[in-house]
Amino acid sequence: MKILFYILQKEFRQVFRNKPIIAIIFVVPIVQFLILPLAADFEIKNINISVIDYDKSSTSRLLINKISGSGYFKISSNENSFKKALKIIESDNADMIIEIPANFEKKLWRESNQKLLVAINSINGIKANLGGFYILNIINEFNNELQLNMKPIFQTNKGIDITTSDWFNPHLNYKIFLIPGLLAILVTMVGGFLTALNIVREKEIGTIEQINVTPIKKWQFILGKLIPFWILANVVFSNGLLLGYLIYDIFPRGNLLTLYAFIDIYLLAVLGLGLLISTFSETQQQAMFVMFFFMIVFILLGGLFTPIDSMPVWAQYFARLNPVKYVIEAIRLVMLKGSDFEDIIPQTISILLFAIVLNFLAVLNYRKRV
Amino acid sequence: MRRLLIFIKKEFKHIIRDPRVLLILFGMPVVQVLIFGFALTNEIKNSKIIVLDYAKDDLSKKLINKIEASKYFEIVSFVHSKRIILDYFRQGKIKAAVIIPEKIASDIIHDGNAKIQIITDATDVNFANSIKNFIRAIINDYQYELFSKESSKINIITEMKMLYNPQLKGAPNFVPGVMSMVMLLVCVMMTAIAIVREKEMGTMEVILTSPVSPIFVIISKVVPYFVISTIDLALILLLSVYVLDLPIQGSLFLLLAESLLFIITCLNIGILISIRTSSQQVAMLMSLVGMMMPTVFLSGFMFPIENMPYALQLLSNLVPSKWFYIIVKDIMLKGTGLEIVWKETLIIASMMLFFLIISLKTFKVRLN
Repeated sequence: MKILFYILQKEFRQVFRNKPIIAIIFVVPIVQFLILPLAADFEIKNINISVIDYDKSSTSRLLINKISGSGYFKISSNENSFKKALKIIESDNADMIIEIPANFEKKLWRESNQKLLVAINSINGIKANLGGFYILNIINEFNNELQLNMKPIFQTNKGIDITTSDWFNPHLNYKIFLIPGLLAILVTMVGGFLTALNIVREKEIGTIEQINVTPIKKWQFILGKLIPFWILANVVFSNGLLLGYLIYDIFPRGNLLTLYAFIDIYLLAVLGLGLLISTFSETQQQAMFVMFFFMIVFILLGGLFTPIDSMPVWAQYFARLNPVKYVIEAIRLVMLKGSDFEDIIPQTISILLFAIVLNFLAVLNYRKRV
Repeated sequence: MRRLLIFIKKEFKHIIRDPRVLLILFGMPVVQVLIFGFALTNEIKNSKIIVLDYAKDDLSKKLINKIEASKYFEIVSFVHSKRIILDYFRQGKIKAAVIIPEKIASDIIHDGNAKIQIITDATDVNFANSIKNFIRAIINDYQYELFSKESSKINIITEMKMLYNPQLKGAPNFVPGVMSMVMLLVCVMMTAIAIVREKEMGTMEVILTSPVSPIFVIISKVVPYFVISTIDLALILLLSVYVLDLPIQGSLFLLLAESLLFIITCLNIGILISIRTSSQQVAMLMSLVGMMMPTVFLSGFMFPIENMPYALQLLSNLVPSKWFYIIVKDIMLKGTGLEIVWKETLIIASMMLFFLIISLKTFKVRLN
């Protein structure tokens, strides 16, 4: 036990001597929390529309006013041909074209049927999809209003009213979604990279040989490496939690103890991954690259930005092998919905399995090498 | 010239010898294109919902069937009390709940009005909005069928046309972004680390004392990464055309020329970083924080620039990949030509010149 204590002392000294690492631990989270939520605003607003109004009647003008007054759309230009409007889209000054055909008003009165063309730049699929929905809703509403004005006798006012309530986030604040995910990524990156790099560093500069000839046992060495980063990752996590509260006023709804318990189990898995990678690499560069590769895949498939439910089936199976998926899920559940420990038991079991398997492999592989 | 070739050969061997480096150089682009192309979508598909049906009559059953028949939703269960709904949300099992009131049929017939409630998990804002819209559309559709017989409605038929990406795939938005990420990774980070590594290990001194001129040393370091990044470029384009089904609308020649320009710009940045730093870790950190992070956050491929605060929008103008992203999107997806992207091209070209001049100047100082 005394030996372990000395190793820990050595590790902590080394960590605090290393300036870039201190920067990673304390500055990167702050930058990430300050910039990312500002940058990552996926809310769809300010969709620019280029209008081609061949009709120029009072009805067409009324429709255009209704669209621009809705809050989602901005009429950015008026064109007189589809070709010209398309040019505006090509230069990215508009996202959508609305073409109102000639005699729109007249035909609507006489034949009570009229076509309207909406063309949307759909390179960004989400934006196009939602924009399309918004505009359809507005046109439908406009349609009903016209109906009311023109043929009031038929207006029976029958219908199904749909009320909606947005639970857990009534103000539809996008940042609430992002912060817990960011916390998960932060802990993963710090824990994984630091562990992997640290052990490989001893190999690269040769000091691991010196440790090997001392009476330090393997388990003492490994624990001595893992415990400092386990503690550091906890500090980083608390840091992030505090920043989220101070900057964005987001505080976990669930039990803090549950949150920390889960994170600490998760960290075992992450540190195990770092350890495993370090046993496979000789230089820091190699460890860095391999870790980088896994991190990118894990984070992209972890459901941080796009829901896992929408992924194709093969990717969903693949995501089950991704520890980051479980931690993002669990942190979101506890922080945003106030879930209890019982609610996140499935995630906890999966993470526990990861931790056991990864650490087992790492220790196995470590023995062979030294 | 022969000497240079020998040096380049040496560098190539260095790179190819290490499978871990190869994983990054060739595995990364492939994996990224595949993940971005196939796995990352915001589409609503089989979203899990529950239904609380108080009515249990013909009308509600038909409505539920309609919701279930759509490819957007999967009804995981029918519940009987409102209290259970919270549990489902807390276990993360569902994205939304639909509540149908007890007397929906008689309400519609007698009062002409019934209330259906949709509860969403609004932690994911856009997803919640989309779900509301889809359910609403289904209910409205159903309603229209119910009442269509009795009224002669005025009808504006909206014809929707999705330009450039009719199936609303995620890939078109991402592929140009992946291109710039991979270029940055290979040309900036790997190049910088490779040069700094020689410095750190002291082998740079050895090379510099040989009769080879220092410029040659740098060139021989850079050429392999140039070749590798063009291979990556070809790989990404082939994957996106043949696997992701994303044809190149504009001129291939122009696209390649623009990409080469961007690659050279990135190599310049890589050289500059390597000149300015003396340890691999710092070089790594600088390329990550200085280039990778801005590219992911500010180039517009992950997050819409127009939603950002003004200061960040201004800052994004300094990120070379933002301009490259615009160019690739325009040429590949919209099929526009140089007459539209000349401005962006000019910006990248001047950035390249800027970095080139600075690195040439600093380089001379160091070797004196």
